Amino acid sequence: MPAIVTNHISAVEKSERATEESPFIKWTLITIALGFCILFLVLPLLNVFVQALGKGWAFCWASLSHPDSWSAIRLTLIVAGISVPLNVLFGLAAAWAIAKFKFRGKSILITLIDLPFSVSPVVAGLMFVVLFGLQGFFGQWLDAHNIKIIFAVPGIVLATVFITFPFVARELIPVMQATGTEQEQAALTLGANGWQTFWHVTLPSVKWGLIYGIILCNARAMGEFGAVSVVSGHITGQTDTMPLRVEKLYNEYNAPAAFAVASLLTLLALFTLGIKTLLEWKQAREYRKAVDSR
Amino acid sequence: MVDSLKEVDSRKLTSVSIELKNVTKQFGEATAVNNVSFSVQEGELMALLGPSGGGKTTVLRMIAGLEVPTVGDLFIRGERVNELSVQERNIGFVFQNYALFKSMNVFKNIAFGLKVKKWKRPERKARVAELLTLFGLDGLERRYPHQLSGGQRQRVAIARALAPKPSVLLLDEPFGAVDAKIRQELREWLVTLHQELNVTTIFVTHDQEEALELADRIVIFSRGTLEQVGTPREVYEHPANEFVARFIGVMNVLELEVREGFARLGELQFPAHGQAEGQKLRIGFRPYSVQISSDLNQYIYRAVLRRTFFLGIMLRLELELPSGLVLRARMTKEEYAQQALEDGRDVSFQIREYRILARESGALSPETEFIHKAQPMIAENI
Repeated sequence: MPAIVTNHISAVEKSERATEESPFIKWTLITIALGFCILFLVLPLLNVFVQALGKGWAFCWASLSHPDSWSAIRLTLIVAGISVPLNVLFGLAAAWAIAKFKFRGKSILITLIDLPFSVSPVVAGLMFVVLFGLQGFFGQWLDAHNIKIIFAVPGIVLATVFITFPFVARELIPVMQATGTEQEQAALTLGANGWQTFWHVTLPSVKWGLIYGIILCNARAMGEFGAVSVVSGHITGQTDTMPLRVEKLYNEYNAPAAFAVASLLTLLALFTLGIKTLLEWKQAREYRKAVDSR
Repeated sequence: MVDSLKEVDSRKLTSVSIELKNVTKQFGEATAVNNVSFSVQEGELMALLGPSGGGKTTVLRMIAGLEVPTVGDLFIRGERVNELSVQERNIGFVFQNYALFKSMNVFKNIAFGLKVKKWKRPERKARVAELLTLFGLDGLERRYPHQLSGGQRQRVAIARALAPKPSVLLLDEPFGAVDAKIRQELREWLVTLHQELNVTTIFVTHDQEEALELADRIVIFSRGTLEQVGTPREVYEHPANEFVARFIGVMNVLELEVREGFARLGELQFPAHGQAEGQKLRIGFRPYSVQISSDLNQYIYRAVLRRTFFLGIMLRLELELPSGLVLRARMTKEEYAQQALEDGRDVSFQIREYRILARESGALSPETEFIHKAQPMIAENI
């Protein structure tokens, strides 16, 4: 009897080994992956905070509370505050249209939504300058009506909206496509109007995708550099967002202050990453609970 | 408790609940439903039956208001509802895959229709509690759809549809998504439920057995046209045309030619008085019309009992004639035992009754199909 048991165990071990690489290869790969992450991600990130606090907490706080930095922080929040809701609206509309209706040019629309991903941010910024700049297409008309877009907040918002355009829609489209329209039809047969159907049925079923899209959209809206840099005009205290402020301080050889602002942006990124991980974990737990309780 | 549910439908069985008049539905070039008229009585359990693509689901969706007829009129309780929106029709619809709200638990699913119709909270709670009990869902109200079995999901879907007290309950392939064993339970349960609530119910199915078993009356569709409306017995015993005859129940179908006053195929011959020589006929007969005896001299034809299929009380037999033709027959277990039959045995048989399905002087329409070929549309078990 014991012999049989031993046999059994060795058989299991063997079958496991059959699909696995040798320990040497396994640990080499793990070391490479981990080492790469530490060298290129963790260390630089830590360095940001080390540099920011290099001259002490007081200096760091002073750099952040400097009126120009403060104005950059405020502008970044305003830009994100406008462009994220706009893209949530757009993303919902586009995802709804693509997932639930059949129409001509659907594939073109899907490609167009991806456009901001494939166009370089600098080119995107230039696009707006060509359109709304003084020498641009609408430039004369805008100037005559005393509307400032380029080198002003509206331009920054426009560029940011363009760059963060795909995030919400991209997250929602697959979720909505997977859900189909039957639940909505069921709500209609039960007497619900369009708004009730959207609010009680559609929105809850895409909740996670939507939240995830908003997080990504917000992170990019706050961190965008290239496109914003082209349209902002870098007017200190007026059209500098946080990423622009970081660059400016750095170019002025004020590295500690630059890193102080940068650390704030980095914190935001880490915070976003944290929420994202938390959401994924919660979602996985809900799923596990659902499967377990079957 | 059941009393208040009966309010759903307190009218007499004699009044018309739903009526379709010359309804046609086109999707682009394709005609899904072609000039269909029929009516459903108040309190009736009606089946829309036909092969897939027959237009039956489109008819159901038009009654619900999820599709609009291209031509024709639709009445619910005498009121023309063509222009009435889904919400205003007061129907309960159960989707093929139930379409339960995934983000809501059982209680909220059932209460949804009441909530959007602005029922007060205590009444809502009472109504849901009543339905939970009636549908045997007590204790499951906090569960989410993915935590339910197939049968439970279906019951939740029906409870949800019935909650706002609709005038009609519409079910699209209600038993398609559950496995065979549960299907039988659900069928019996649906009949009981219908008897208790007496709400006008229309269900779509492609399973003729299901329609025969459950429905008060059956509407049979094929390729968008209505073939026959009738009780299960009527459509089974007096099919209006060849399609119905072959779709409902199992049928042996033979193609014969008239020679010397008899329609013949191999050794089989049927009297064909007054039929022209050389005319082609297609006849059909039910398996139970084939009488078999182990006494080789009792009936005129000879055959070998090729195979016996045990289907519970009834047995299905396959007879192979000397010419190679294969016929299906049916027999009770007792009779089989009495006759001391077994596979491979020689038997004699006769065909007690048959009907002429088609008759043409030239070639028959392309539906020609001999029994030893597969009959994919025709289910077993009748």
